[in-house]
Amino acid sequence: MPLLEISGLTQRFGGLQALTDFSCRLEEGELVGLIGPNGAGKTTVFNIVSGFYKPSAGQVVFAGRETNGLKPHRITALGMARTFQNIRLWHDMTVLDNVRLARSAWLGYGLWSAVLRTPGYFRAEKAIEKRARDVLEMMALTHYADEFPKNLPYGLQRRVELARALAGNPRLLLLDEPAAGLNSADADDLIRLIRWLHDEFKLTIWMIEHQMKVVMSLCQRLTVIDFGRVIASGLPQEVRNSPEVIKAYLGDDTL
Amino acid sequence: MRRYTINMLLALAAVLLVLMAQTNLMDKYALQIVMLIGINCIFATSLNLVNGYMGEFSCGHAGFMCVGAYVGSLLSVAFFSDSALFGQALFGPEWALALFPLVLIGAMIAAAVAGLLVALPSFRTRDDYLAIITIAANYIVISIIENIDAIGGPRGFSGMKKTVNAMADSVNTLLDGFVGFLGFDFVVSDSDYAMSAAVVMLIWTLIGAFICVQVIRRLMTSTYGKSISAICQNEVAAEIMGINTNRAKIMAFMISSGLGGLAGVLYAHVYGYVNAQSFNLLKSTEGLVMVYLGGMGSLSGVLLAAVAFTLLVELLRFVIPWLNTTLHEVNLLPADYQLDQIWTWVIIPLMLILLMQFRPEGFLGNRELTHVFPGLKRWFTLK
Ligand SMILES: Nc1ncnc2c1ncn2[C@@H]1O[C@H](COP(=O)(O)OP(=O)(O)OP(=O)(O)O)[C@@H](O)[C@H]1O
Ligand SMILES: [Mg+2]
Repeated sequence: MPLLEISGLTQRFGGLQALTDFSCRLEEGELVGLIGPNGAGKTTVFNIVSGFYKPSAGQVVFAGRETNGLKPHRITALGMARTFQNIRLWHDMTVLDNVRLARSAWLGYGLWSAVLRTPGYFRAEKAIEKRARDVLEMMALTHYADEFPKNLPYGLQRRVELARALAGNPRLLLLDEPAAGLNSADADDLIRLIRWLHDEFKLTIWMIEHQMKVVMSLCQRLTVIDFGRVIASGLPQEVRNSPEVIKAYLGDDTL
Repeated sequence: MRRYTINMLLALAAVLLVLMAQTNLMDKYALQIVMLIGINCIFATSLNLVNGYMGEFSCGHAGFMCVGAYVGSLLSVAFFSDSALFGQALFGPEWALALFPLVLIGAMIAAAVAGLLVALPSFRTRDDYLAIITIAANYIVISIIENIDAIGGPRGFSGMKKTVNAMADSVNTLLDGFVGFLGFDFVVSDSDYAMSAAVVMLIWTLIGAFICVQVIRRLMTSTYGKSISAICQNEVAAEIMGINTNRAKIMAFMISSGLGGLAGVLYAHVYGYVNAQSFNLLKSTEGLVMVYLGGMGSLSGVLLAAVAFTLLVELLRFVIPWLNTTLHEVNLLPADYQLDQIWTWVIIPLMLILLMQFRPEGFLGNRELTHVFPGLKRWFTLK
């Protein structure tokens, strides 16, 4: 059974058809890329999969459950996490709190425990803190635990966002242009990091990316969309040489 | 260790206040102001939950105070005294002291439920539209109450003094018993040392303020409560990262309005009389001034602001008549124009405008006292 199966997804925004009959499947443990020119509808796919948009038609099955109509936080609880094209951190909270809050779906206590400070509250908070610190350690962010994200350089903010996504132990990680705005050296670091996450934790990763270096060196498979339609999919080498892709994606240039 | 220091400090201050009131070091008027400060602390910190931590702009907080005041008053009268409205008392005055917490809880629950009036629309709208809804909620509450003739309508509602007096009687009986138990031949209730009704309410107000601050502090230092700040800082991220945003909003609005109701029921019992018009938009505006004066999302800031603001408003009571006389003496005011208390209606909103214009984040703005004066950390922590 695939981890994620998308079929016939269509998304209309008023008169604009951002996505037409999009289908795709991800097996457990794969590292797959989603590419296409600007405005092709890539982020829209992620927004639907993570439950932020309700598609006009089509369905998404994640971990054996149909997720149509589920609220985003319910989908997160099923084991999905994502990062955003434009960084969306909680800028007036410490890095540690950012990561802690990503445990919200598995808090382990409620309002009354928090107010009455029951033993259960302390136990749960301790577990949350431990998990958060472990993730920070893993991402080499321990040093920044008490900083506010807004005071960190851009590359680190991206890393914090990734750490936050990992805090929930996701089965599927959606990365929306993780290398955007990174310089070449930072991008190399990111490639190593993503490869490590994929190998070490057998994490299934689906990635939108414009930087070809990142895409080509990481992705086992690619799906290419243009104007909301899949125009090619397959191994990176095949896709790269597909005339359809060359035409749509890069005008008449070559990759 | 230091977790207890601040609590001990507060307990000490409370005991001192009660002793001062008890020994008449503090006169009736000062006592009233101290109680008002306590009530305003509850009112402002609870509003801060929505306006500061969650970043919404609720302008109708007094509406919830009103619900708490009326429901609490009705419960109080129904429970502890015979009245034309409810007939015989449900429990009788001898139960007033023991069961007063029920009155407080009932008032808070009612106000929290009224908070749904604002919480539910907040799922779909925010900012200006939500602000308008909160104003509407404030008006709705007042109009409903003014239109129920059985509870006095626009004339207001009273009878809570009986409850407070009954509580004072019970306290004095208990003191008598205690002193007798110690073997002294002294009857407290007949002496100058008998606890007055006002001091009983002082104690309840201090307890209420303490509970309110504790609830908010504990909530906002827990990961659970921080989801409220997450909504403020980036709602999309909150939603996607696994926070049940609707539940968090309901929680924030209901706790905020519930505590607002606590302020109301205490207010009603301190004055022994309520009138819906005491909880109109001016009262809500006072709350806003306190929150924005102290700093949105800063518990210590808002507490300081509540104290400062209450004193300031009290000061205006003297300053306005003084200005009136002085300006007439120097012929700056037309002889037939009297400068009166209506001017608080100008001064308080004006303060709000000036604050929003020049220091929208307030004096502390999202920081606590311990951030500004790190030395204080030795004494207390907000963790
Ligand atoms: N909420 C929305 N309302 C209206 N139109 C939208 C909305 N979200 C996306 N669109 C439109 O849908 C189309 C696809 O947008 P999308 O963000 O998915 O593109 P993308 O492939 O991620 O592009 P980029 O590479 O620039 O990030 C665009 O034309 C965009 O303007
Ligand atoms: Mg995009």
